[in-house]
Amino acid sequence: MIDLSLLPDGGVRWLDASGPHGDIVLSTRVRLARNIEGFAFTGRARDGERLRVLAQVREALPGIDGMSEHVQFRIDELPPVDRALLHERHLVSKELAGLDSQHPLRTGAAVFLGDCLGVMVNEEDHLRLQALQSGFALQHAYSALDKLERALGNRLPYSYHSEFGFLTACPTNVGTGLRASVLIHLPGLVLTKEIGKVLAGLQQMGLTYRGLYGEGSEVVGNFFQISNQTTLGSAEEELLDKLLRVVAHVIEREEEARKVLLRDAGYIIEDKLWRAYGTLRYARNLTFDEAMNYLSGVRLAVGLKLIDGLSVYTLNKLLIFSQAAHLAYAEGRTLSESDTNLARARYVRTTLEKESGSVG
Amino acid sequence: MLCDNCGERDAAVHLTTIVNNEVKQQHLCERCAAERGVETTVSVPKHPLGDFLHAVQQQLATPATENGRCTFCGATMNDFRTTGRWGCARCYTTFEPSMRELLRRVHGNSRHGGHAYQAPQPELDERATILGELKERLRRAIETEQFELAADLRDRIRVME
Repeated sequence: MIDLSLLPDGGVRWLDASGPHGDIVLSTRVRLARNIEGFAFTGRARDGERLRVLAQVREALPGIDGMSEHVQFRIDELPPVDRALLHERHLVSKELAGLDSQHPLRTGAAVFLGDCLGVMVNEEDHLRLQALQSGFALQHAYSALDKLERALGNRLPYSYHSEFGFLTACPTNVGTGLRASVLIHLPGLVLTKEIGKVLAGLQQMGLTYRGLYGEGSEVVGNFFQISNQTTLGSAEEELLDKLLRVVAHVIEREEEARKVLLRDAGYIIEDKLWRAYGTLRYARNLTFDEAMNYLSGVRLAVGLKLIDGLSVYTLNKLLIFSQAAHLAYAEGRTLSESDTNLARARYVRTTLEKESGSVG
Repeated sequence: MLCDNCGERDAAVHLTTIVNNEVKQQHLCERCAAERGVETTVSVPKHPLGDFLHAVQQQLATPATENGRCTFCGATMNDFRTTGRWGCARCYTTFEPSMRELLRRVHGNSRHGGHAYQAPQPELDERATILGELKERLRRAIETEQFELAADLRDRIRVME
């Protein structure tokens, strides 16, 4: 199995809840799609072309700010469990990891991981540059990414058109190639049934939402990824600014909803959330969806200060480390679905037990 | 050949069915075929954007390129309709008139508003050297019948020239 402790930040700094609004916003991700001139796009390229793209990127990266100390994984040479592990940790996309039934694993698929920055090679586009930060930190994430993009663009010729901007395989990414997304926890709006209005409002503003793993993933545990819908016609800063203003407003609405819940249904909510904690603390068998939903409850309880002594960092780690590939990694063996559910309950139980002295 | 069903329009769908071990051939026009729930593979796009673009392409009636293929990657509009993805950067100029309308539909705009970019240009001398080297490698690749490599080299030479 791969050793993720080799990553500059262990690959989990974005989970540490140190960023702004860390109790409501888990993480901020910004990515830029780029292609290298002279090669067919990944989906149409031959194996040889993809390997040459990879060789060029490998040669160009050393010495670039933020990537000077990076770890490289040849995704196409990793076993499925390791690829799933990287995907669960939000370090590679499902498509790059070859876990998407529509897109088989490609020769030359690779990822370079630096300090909160990553470069996916031979994804749908030759390059998917991404920055991942804890909390609500759009500007911070983009400024690091922008530097990486410009530095790399001085060494490699990106495909660019004076009218259409940066050219991408899918026309929905052309122009800036920028997709910024904020992973946000909105149980208050879901419980007060206000979420429908908020989501409809997002779409009117030209934004969109998805589940925990982006495109095509389901919303579980009240976690939503809010991101820009269009990439062409506006400047990068305008796209970010719009997302920033709208998400700031959504955070306010979530905080208001939480106050309403406490005021109008305090004891019902308190009981419900402690039951969620109790289940996680003592259950012997947990499916992924169950764990996500109870974790959502406990996270809300911590946010409302109904449960003390449990850190948001611990909850974030539980969210990521209780997934199937992480459990298999921790146990050092492949697990059947039923074994995974048992291992998940065991892992959640022991983690909460360690912090139980201070919970109350 | 006229449609077996209506006898009015030309038959476009040739259907072979096997019922009770008996092979039966039917020749139907598109409309009668559709009425019987027979889908014609040529007119069923798998991707909504591709479908839209195909319609625009027909309206504009612009022959995109020779044989409707991108000169760099060989992709056609049908490839885009099936996958929803372009084959290479050159496709954007190959299918340019339709592209503008498609992008307007997707983004509400077809003009890039983000930061401008100038690709690094290799020095002239350096470019000539690389080009010479590539041509030499292409010659050797053809001689040794390494056709995949030869195709890659040819693409790279085209771009540099």
